[in-house]
Amino acid sequence: MITLDELLERDRKREQDGFKRKIRIGRIVKPGSGGREKIIVVPTTVEEKFVHDDMLLPDQPPGEGEPTGGTGDGEEGEVIGEQPVRPEEGEGEGEGDGEGPGEGQGGEHEMEANAYELGKVLSQDFELPNLKDKGKKKALARYVYELTDKNRGVGQLLDKKATLKKIVETNMALGRIPDVTRIDTQKFVISPRDLIFRILSREKEYESQALVFFLRDYSGSMGGKVTQTVVSQHVMLYSWLVYQYEKQVETRFILHDTEAREVTDFQKYYSYKVAGGTKVFTAFQMVNEIVEKENLARDYNIYVFYGTDGDDWEKDGKQTLEAIDKMLAYTARIGITVVKHTYTGTKETEVEKYIQGSGVLDRHSHLIKMDVMAENVDDSRIIQGIKTLIS
Amino acid sequence: MELVSQHVKGIMEECKIRAQDAGLRFDDETLEYIVTNRDMIELSPKVMIPTLYDYWVHDVRVLSGRGLYEAYPSNPYETAINTRPAISFYNDNNPDWLNVMIFYHVLAHIDFFQNNLYYKNTWDVDLTGQALADKRLIAQFRSEKGRWVDYVIEFARGMDNLVGFHRDLNRTLTRVQNREQGHVPDRIDFYFDRFLQKIKSVPQHEYLKEIDRYNQFCNNHMDFFVEITEKYPEFEELFQKQIKKPATAKLDVMEYVLRYSPFLQNEENEWMKSVIHIIRDTSLYFQPQIRTKNMNEGWASFWHAHLFLNDERIRGHETDFAKVNAMVTAMPKVGLNPYALGLRLFEHIEERENQGRYSFDYFQLKDAVLRKKYDRRKNTGRDFIFFVRENMEDFSFINTFVDQEFMDRHRLFVAGKRFNPQHTTWQYYIKSRKVEDYRQMIFDTLYHPPDIRVIEEKTGDGVLYLDHRFENKPLKQDYIENTMIGIEFLWGGPVHLETSIPSAASQPGAQYANFWDPGAGGGRTDPPPPPVEWKRVRYVMKDRKLHRQEL
Repeated sequence: MITLDELLERDRKREQDGFKRKIRIGRIVKPGSGGREKIIVVPTTVEEKFVHDDMLLPDQPPGEGEPTGGTGDGEEGEVIGEQPVRPEEGEGEGEGDGEGPGEGQGGEHEMEANAYELGKVLSQDFELPNLKDKGKKKALARYVYELTDKNRGVGQLLDKKATLKKIVETNMALGRIPDVTRIDTQKFVISPRDLIFRILSREKEYESQALVFFLRDYSGSMGGKVTQTVVSQHVMLYSWLVYQYEKQVETRFILHDTEAREVTDFQKYYSYKVAGGTKVFTAFQMVNEIVEKENLARDYNIYVFYGTDGDDWEKDGKQTLEAIDKMLAYTARIGITVVKHTYTGTKETEVEKYIQGSGVLDRHSHLIKMDVMAENVDDSRIIQGIKTLIS
Repeated sequence: MELVSQHVKGIMEECKIRAQDAGLRFDDETLEYIVTNRDMIELSPKVMIPTLYDYWVHDVRVLSGRGLYEAYPSNPYETAINTRPAISFYNDNNPDWLNVMIFYHVLAHIDFFQNNLYYKNTWDVDLTGQALADKRLIAQFRSEKGRWVDYVIEFARGMDNLVGFHRDLNRTLTRVQNREQGHVPDRIDFYFDRFLQKIKSVPQHEYLKEIDRYNQFCNNHMDFFVEITEKYPEFEELFQKQIKKPATAKLDVMEYVLRYSPFLQNEENEWMKSVIHIIRDTSLYFQPQIRTKNMNEGWASFWHAHLFLNDERIRGHETDFAKVNAMVTAMPKVGLNPYALGLRLFEHIEERENQGRYSFDYFQLKDAVLRKKYDRRKNTGRDFIFFVRENMEDFSFINTFVDQEFMDRHRLFVAGKRFNPQHTTWQYYIKSRKVEDYRQMIFDTLYHPPDIRVIEEKTGDGVLYLDHRFENKPLKQDYIENTMIGIEFLWGGPVHLETSIPSAASQPGAQYANFWDPGAGGGRTDPPPPPVEWKRVRYVMKDRKLHRQEL
């Protein structure tokens, strides 16, 4: 069986032979309990043929989806059910619901591990330039003590579950449990060696050196492909950073419409959607507030990536530019992605206009970058965009 | 992958006897294998043929299949493939009673493969053996030519849906073998179809006048051609020439490239032809399966239900069966289930035929009460469904037998789906209960490759000219470029494709306004958007660059 690496190698050769690459890195999202999803990285490809396009023709009413079959009672025109466009958990259960920390960590770890894989593929096979090391707090290690190691016989804390298992094991070996469906615990023989303790262990902890803010517009106008493109780019960026900094990267996620809001994890970041207006500055202001309040500028390289369709109610972008100016004082890079709707055409969007107009891109060309692309671009253009943002 | 145990094989053999007693017909030999779900993932990109040729796209599919399985584990009960002997795959954790049910299901599939006439061209082929020979040949080419073999496979697969499946089938079924094309035009056909239109290119009103004149002559029993030979002295000679000339067969795009491509005529490219042949034959082999999915699954579900319940070996497992059977054959509230639909349709057909309702009498009957009571007690239903399974495919099956009575009886409807901006939800609603709409909705799910042919008159000077007979559905635009790069490569010169796209005028300008509220247009008060207008365009592929020209 061929491996992913071999496939990508073969894909590179296509270019030498004068054909376009065909393999894309796909992502399958596995829905998990409690909104904890898992991303699985897989290669995908399409086999092009002449086929009919299933798109809805322009003579269909907009917002109408593909019809299908159905069974049951009801009159024509009757609504029989509704389904959320994107599953969003209710506000109430979103944060701080009573989940064990162990399970939570596990879920995140899986996401991280897979993002790491994707990042590896990206940086090796798409030849992204490396982010500059600011070197400040590079991989500074310190030790913390945690009760994670296990020891038989003596220790600080009795691990009851592990101990009981051991006892059962011993007693089964001794033949003292003839019928596993009827265990009489009173007849157990307990050896001192069966006691399992947790003991303090010295663990290395790495200081993170990069902190990345992902910001995106999730207002009404962001529907469909625009969001997909922005999120796609941010997934790649995120994955690549996770790889590049060997998981020592910390991330924060902020969404905005007319107000900004911080969400706890990437899943929420990419799946949330509302239908409201757009005030870009709220997100940038929020970053400034967080950085100030938590005194983050001292310890971290701070990166801010922002994705939008370029729409802003604040036409002159005064407050946005102010917030950006403030941000430039501490940030290592601001990357702004404008993904344009097809109907916008070549017309400049508001965000483009005022960012360009302010001259900030020239004055701080090493600190802030902007990339503008159309909503229907492919992966390679998105990767090109990442290169622009981090060049 | 291993054969099933002797015990399980015994159950199968027992099932065969009962199935044959019930009227199903199939070869006695079958092979049953136990596979794991992981094996299934590796087999499915190869359309379940273990010996299919290797190709990297299959590998990509396997890798993504594994990822998908990790996220969404599934547990298919069975897969049957159309080979001689018929092979079927099972996963290994089925209890005996479930195996009985699955085996009946599989036997009905095999019966379908071996009796439905659309499969006729697959009956004399040992696919697994053929595929193995092909696989070895391709492996040998690969050792000589490296990755260029994969390009040829890719490009050949790029047009493997443009094959003359129906033409080949027609040829086999009508047994016209002496002439490759078969149809020889008589004098009248030749005069109207070729002579007037192609050779003389008369304007349309004159052509119509000629038809009128012909009809008059017919009514008066006069010889139409007396005047013709006076008017066009050359006519008779041309006609005689036409008859003697063996008509060139209409080639499908793949055949045309194979036969006339200047590039493939080069001796060093000879091997590519073998590869293209393999791809073409493989595609043709699977065409009947794609075109009979609803029928085939319905047929299998019909028989597993009927045979299972009459099998005394499963006494005591009726409720288990009911549960599994319901999961497979329940009609979904929203969605299409070919198993469920096909099963109900076969039952419907059998019942109506038993009552003699497929008759002129019934058709003419307008009285609703009498219609409801109509029953001629013909009891020919069973024979009739066997006839249907032999002679039809999905389109004719649905088109002929899904009627308003069927709709009403199972309370079927077309479910629409629209965006509800207030709740940010998809809203499902009953769009139509009319049988025409329901049939159309199913037709839209059926396999229907675009009708693209070579225009010989415009092919020449190294250019291959393709024409898309437009059926109100545009081609998928993203795919055009790479498909045409492939054809250009195999043709060895520029390729033109004529097709239709929506004209700019009918692109909705109102889209921007509606974007905030995509559901706004769905309201009943808005006037319906104007119908789409189409314009013909020509795509030109030259030196791996694609251009589009307006016509």
